[in-house]
Amino acid sequence: MKIMVALKRVVDYAVKIRSGVETQNVKMSMNPFCEIALEEALRIKESGMASEVVAVSMGLKQCVDTLRTGLAMGADRGIHVETDGPLYPLSVAKLLRALVEVEKPGLLILGKQAIDDDCNQTGQMVAGLLNWPQGTFASKVVLDKEKQVVTVDREVDGGLETLCLDLPAVITTDLRLNQPRYATLPNIMKAKSKVIKKYTLQDLNVELKSDIEQVQVTEPPKRKAGVLVSSVDELIDKLKNEVHVI
Amino acid sequence: ISTLVLAEHEGGAIKPQSVSAVKAASSLSDENSISLLLAGSGPALHEAAANAASCDPSVSQVLVADSEKFSHPLAEPWARLIHLVQQKGGYSHVITASGSFGKNILPRAAALLDVSPITDVIEISDSHLFVRPIYAGNALCTVRYTGAGPCLLSIRSTSFPVSPILADSKSNEAPISQVDLSTFGEDSVCKSRYVKHTSQDTDRPDLGNARVVVTGGRALKSAENFKMIEKLAEKLGAAVGATRAAVDAGYVPNELQVGQTGKIVAPELYLAFGVSGAIQHLAGMRDSKYIVAVNKDADAPIFQVADYGLVGDIFEVIPELLEKLPEKK
Repeated sequence: MKIMVALKRVVDYAVKIRSGVETQNVKMSMNPFCEIALEEALRIKESGMASEVVAVSMGLKQCVDTLRTGLAMGADRGIHVETDGPLYPLSVAKLLRALVEVEKPGLLILGKQAIDDDCNQTGQMVAGLLNWPQGTFASKVVLDKEKQVVTVDREVDGGLETLCLDLPAVITTDLRLNQPRYATLPNIMKAKSKVIKKYTLQDLNVELKSDIEQVQVTEPPKRKAGVLVSSVDELIDKLKNEVHVI
Repeated sequence: ISTLVLAEHEGGAIKPQSVSAVKAASSLSDENSISLLLAGSGPALHEAAANAASCDPSVSQVLVADSEKFSHPLAEPWARLIHLVQQKGGYSHVITASGSFGKNILPRAAALLDVSPITDVIEISDSHLFVRPIYAGNALCTVRYTGAGPCLLSIRSTSFPVSPILADSKSNEAPISQVDLSTFGEDSVCKSRYVKHTSQDTDRPDLGNARVVVTGGRALKSAENFKMIEKLAEKLGAAVGATRAAVDAGYVPNELQVGQTGKIVAPELYLAFGVSGAIQHLAGMRDSKYIVAVNKDADAPIFQVADYGLVGDIFEVIPELLEKLPEKK
């Protein structure tokens, strides 16, 4: 069985976001939830349940850097769909569907959301387009190769929900699923010779639909400056008598 | 315009976040006919429908889909249901609250309808113009929906508060009708099966919904010392949080992480001990109502967002707080 993993290139989680969201000359990294998705795919392969892990990224040509990181972590090969305009989740889902039709993976694993647009949509959308079952916000994934099912623990409001899905299926990862590995130097070197295949929108016969438009990006209202207190007693007094929260 | 609100219900009552979704729907336009969609099976569903019919005067009808297929919140049948009801009713908008239920289902339904959904809306400017947080709330993005198809929104329920005058609106009861499920396909429905739901077994409130959160950072120095945070949380009836640094150092499991990649919280009171205030941490708690920070380093960035700051040694401050704070049940 083949596993396909989607990797998004985003502004690094430790970068301070400024108004207008500057994405030139800032550190870009793999979306943390996508790292978790790839890690899970690699663990499934290492347990002997999968034969190959294919990493996919979409967007500007720099996405190749993100793919190289994924290959250095252990993905077998990469696919880059090069586009230059803005890509919204519906388009990404359609491109993923087209790639699934080419590659025919048994599992498609994605991060539950990207830390830039925080949409939390793509996994659900591609599952809908493919008519595959979905296990979103996964914190545990157990594959049963014989029965061709995957059992997924999902993080839902107020607890965990367990689902059993027929393969092929879509899984999106939550934070607790695993701790992604770091790429080692030998693996970074090895990754340089791994194959990254390029596709264009025309190759995949997908037309981008633009039904949403970003009008503006603004800074959220600032928190007003607070006060320093000098003692625990003063702190308790303020919390009790000034804002009545304890 | 006409709006379909996908509602959640529990124990024969519509959930408060779904009433918030109705509030959001009524702010789309003055002329808006709002239909509430409830699905499930059994008597609890019909009790909830009766309850939903009078939950808000702006509701013009309640649609009930009664089938075993909807006994559990599985995305596959529910997305199909939204698709079916939208196609039949021609709604211009579909709204749900952006909890784990709505986030799981709405994008799948959007894909079936071939439209782009808009997640986590916090402000509705007009029927096609919305504000939503991006970069974990570090920026706000205004989005215009320009599609020809229906506009699908999930809303943050805390941004559309519900007024507590629900009880005496009985006079305004919307008609209830059944959704015709005869054309509901079967194929995708049996590919996923519900196994179980496990509730948190701890006595502490859920980090995501707690009224008070007590968080510890790397300055706690060890898992042993982190127990002080837990004790303090117990005393305040609070949830426990941690910074990524404290999680990475192994003091606590990563389910407690507050931050951009962890849980995003907005409690009434957020107490941060030995937390420096890294950007990705602030992203997870900046919407808290009151923030208290205790840190040895007077220059720590956390003090720039704290309502009350105390420069001091947490190993002195926490024991003193434990001693002096009033007991909570």
